[in-house]
Amino acid sequence: MLDLILTQTLNGLASASSLFLVASGLSIIFGVTRIVNFAHGSLYMLGAYLGWTLVTWLGPASPFGFWGGVLLAALSVAAIGVLIEVAILRRIYQAPELFQLLATFGVVLMIQDIALAVWGPEDKLGPRAPGFKSFVILFDSRFPTYELLLIAIGPAVLGLLWFLFRRTRWGTLVRAATQDREMVGALGVNQRLLFTSVFAFGAGLAGLGGALQLPREAATLHMDLSMIAEVFVVVVVGGLGSVTGAYLAAVLIGILHAFGILIFPKITLVLVFLVMAVVLVAKPHGLLGKPPTGQARAPADEPLLRPADRATKLAGLAALLLLATLPLVTPDYLVLTLTELLILGLFAASLHFMMGPGGMTSFGHAAYFGLGAYGAALAVKWLGAPMEPALLFAPLLAGVAGAVFGWFCVRLSGVYLAMLTLAFAQIAWATAFQWVEFTGGDNGILGVWPAQWAVSKTAFYYLVLGLCAACVLLLRIMLFSPLGYALRAARDNPLRAEAIGIDTMRVQWAAFVVAAFAAGIAGGLFAFFKGSVFPTYLAIPRSVDALLMVLLGGVQTVSGPIVGAFAYAGLSEQLSRLTMYWRFALGLSIVLLVVLFPRGLVGSFLAWRERSRAEPAR
Amino acid sequence: MDLILAVSGLDAYYGRAHILQGVGFGMARGEVLALMGRNGAGKSTTIKAVMGLVPPARGEVRFEGSRIDGRQPFEIARLGIGYVPEERRIFSELTVMENLAVGQRPPREGVPHWTAEKLFALFPNLGRMRDRAGGAMSGGEQQMLTIARTLMGNPRLLLLDEPSEGLAPVIVEEMAKTILALKDEGLSILLSEQNLHFAGAVADRVAIIEKGAIRFTGTVAALTANEAIRRQYLSV
Repeated sequence: MLDLILTQTLNGLASASSLFLVASGLSIIFGVTRIVNFAHGSLYMLGAYLGWTLVTWLGPASPFGFWGGVLLAALSVAAIGVLIEVAILRRIYQAPELFQLLATFGVVLMIQDIALAVWGPEDKLGPRAPGFKSFVILFDSRFPTYELLLIAIGPAVLGLLWFLFRRTRWGTLVRAATQDREMVGALGVNQRLLFTSVFAFGAGLAGLGGALQLPREAATLHMDLSMIAEVFVVVVVGGLGSVTGAYLAAVLIGILHAFGILIFPKITLVLVFLVMAVVLVAKPHGLLGKPPTGQARAPADEPLLRPADRATKLAGLAALLLLATLPLVTPDYLVLTLTELLILGLFAASLHFMMGPGGMTSFGHAAYFGLGAYGAALAVKWLGAPMEPALLFAPLLAGVAGAVFGWFCVRLSGVYLAMLTLAFAQIAWATAFQWVEFTGGDNGILGVWPAQWAVSKTAFYYLVLGLCAACVLLLRIMLFSPLGYALRAARDNPLRAEAIGIDTMRVQWAAFVVAAFAAGIAGGLFAFFKGSVFPTYLAIPRSVDALLMVLLGGVQTVSGPIVGAFAYAGLSEQLSRLTMYWRFALGLSIVLLVVLFPRGLVGSFLAWRERSRAEPAR
Repeated sequence: MDLILAVSGLDAYYGRAHILQGVGFGMARGEVLALMGRNGAGKSTTIKAVMGLVPPARGEVRFEGSRIDGRQPFEIARLGIGYVPEERRIFSELTVMENLAVGQRPPREGVPHWTAEKLFALFPNLGRMRDRAGGAMSGGEQQMLTIARTLMGNPRLLLLDEPSEGLAPVIVEEMAKTILALKDEGLSILLSEQNLHFAGAVADRVAIIEKGAIRFTGTVAALTANEAIRRQYLSV
C-alpha cells in the first residue's frame, strides 16, 4: 500500500511538470497583457507535434537529436507566439477585455485544422529520450527514469523563472507591467516589444511543456482542449499571476489525478474542478494570488445601453415578422436550421444578460442550457410527463442549479468568477456523464418528442419562435427595470452601488438565476427539438459557443447576442458544408471579425451610427 | 525665446466629454510653470495629453521644437519628458530599487545623469528603505519614490501632476524644496497645482485653466496682485 502511494505521488509529480510549464506561461501572459489565452493549449499541442517532427528529423537516438529537437520545438512555438501576437493580438489590446478571448479562440480553431492538415489524424507516438529509457526500482516497483527527470524539471524551471523575474531587467519590467502597464510605458519602456516578448516567452514555455511530454504520451489532436481546461484550473487555483502558486497547484492537480484514478475512478473527470470550486470558495484569489491592485477599469468608451428607439423597435418587429413568415416559403431543412438558431439566440441572450449588463462572464453557461435539456428529458423519462409540463421542468432545474452555483459565483469577480462557473459546469457535466443509472450517461436520453400538436417542423418552429421571442423581450424589459439599473450600477462601480444601498451580491445573484432560468428554457426546447439529450449539451465547447455568440455580437448591446448567435451558428454550419477544414475557416473568420469589428458586430454598428450622427454637429 | 514646450490649440476628449478646448501655452527652458485651476478644469488632462496618455484630437505639442503629439508615451518619455502621475502609481509589488530600475534610461546630454545613489542624496528616506516593497511605504514616501523613479529617466522636462496633493504639511514643504533643487539642476518643470501658496513657493509663472482653456498666464506676483482673476478661477 505504502509503495503504491509513493509511486502514485511520483507519477503525479511527473505530470505536474508539464502542467506547470504550460500554466506558468499562461499566467505570465495574462499578468502582463490581461489576455486569457485560450490558444495556450494549442501552443502546447504544437510543441508536441513540432517536437515529434524535429526529434524524428534530427535523429531520436542521439542526445543531441532528442534534446536539440525539444529545444527547437520550444523556440519554434515561441516564434509562432510572436506571429500570433503581432498579427492579431497587438491590434486588439484596446478592445473590451474579453474580446481578445474570442480572438484566441479563433486561433484555437485554426491551429486544430493546421495540425490536422500537417500531421494527419493519427496519433504520433513520441520517441523516448536517449539516456532516460530505463527504469529504476523505487519502493519495490519500477519507475521510468524519464519521469524522475520530469519531476526535477518542474522545480528547476520554477527556479529559473524566479531568477528571471527577480534578477533581470526584463523580469522587473514584466512584473511592473503586470501591475500598471500604462505607467511602464510612460517611463519609456516600449510596451509593444515587452508584450511581444512576454507572449513569445509564455508560448515557448507551453511548447517546451508539449515537447517534453512526448516520451510519456503520444501527440494527439485533442490535447489542446484537454490541456487548456486543466491549465486554467491550475492557474486559477494557484492564483493568477503567481508562478509559485501555479507550481503548487500543478503538483496538487497532478497528484489528485494520480490518486483519483486509483481511488475514485468514477469522479476523476470532476475531481480537479471540485478542487477548484473548493479553493475558490475558500480563497477567492487562489492559493497564492492577491486581489488585483490595478484601478478598476471604467468602460469609458462603451456605448450606453439605451431603451430601443423607434428605428430599433421597428427593425425588431420587422425581424419578428420575417421570422414568422419564413416557414411559409422556405424548404424544411431551413426551418430546422432556423429553429436551432432561435434556440441558440435565446441561449446567447441569457448569457448576455449576466455577462453584459451583469458584468459576470461565464465560461460555463452550457450547464444551465444542458440542465434545462436534462430537466425536460428526465421529466419525460422518469415521470412520463408530456411536453408542456416537461418544458416547465427545464427552467426549474436550470434555475435551481443557477441559484446554488450562482450563490458561490457572485462572491467572486472577473476571471475567478468565470472559472468558478466553468468548474460548476464541469461538475454538472460529469454528473450527467457518469450517473449512468439516472441520466443514461454517454448514451443520453432518447425519445424526448414534442406533443402531438407540435410534432410538425413548422408547428414546433412557431412554438420555439413564440417562446424565444417572449423570453428575449422579457430579458430586455428586465434590463430597463430597477433590477437592470441596479445590475449595471453594480457592474460599473460596486463600491458606489453599495454606498447608495444596492445589495450588489443579491442583485448579481438574481441576474445569475434569471440567466440560468432563460438558458434552461432554451435547453428544454433544444431537447424536444433534437428528441434526445446528451452530456455534450453541458460540455465546454457549448459554453464556448455561447461565449463566442455573445462576444461576436457585442457584449454591451442588447440585440448583439441574437445577431451573434445567427452569425456564428450560421457561419459554422455553412462553413462545415463547404470545406473539410471548416474549423480553420471559422477560426479565420472569427479572427478577422474581431480585428475588423473590435466591439462586436452590433456594437461596431452602433458606434458607427453614433459617429456618423455626431460628425455633422461638429 | 528658447521654448522647451509649446502647446497650441490642444483639444482632447475623454470618451464623449470634450475636456480640453484649445489649450495653448509655452514654457521657457529652465522654467517652473504651475498649471492652476479648479477640479475638473483640465489640468491633469493637459499633462496627460502632453505625455501622449490622452491622445490629443487636435492641436499640436512641440518639445524642443519638434512635434510630439500623436506619438506613443514611451517615445515621448525617451525624448526626455518625465511624467509623475497624480495617483503616484508606484509598483507596489516591486522594491524601491526595482521601482527605480523600471524608470532607468541611458544618460542624456545636457541634463544631470541620475543614479540611485544620487537620488538617495536628494531623498534620504528612500535610501533607508531600498528593499522595501512600494506598497509598504507611506504616502509621502511614495510621492518621493514616484519622482525619483521618473528622474531615473534623466528627463529635461518634468511633468508633475498635483505633487502636493494629500501630503502632510511638513512633506509639502519638503516637496517644494525638492522642486527648487531640481530647478537648480537645470530641469524645466510643468506642474499642476490647486494650492496657490505652494505654487507661489516654487513656480516662476502661473497658467490658469478653466473649462478646458487657458484663461490667464503671468508671474506669481501678477496673479497675487490680481484678486479678480483669483476669485474668478481659483476660489471654490
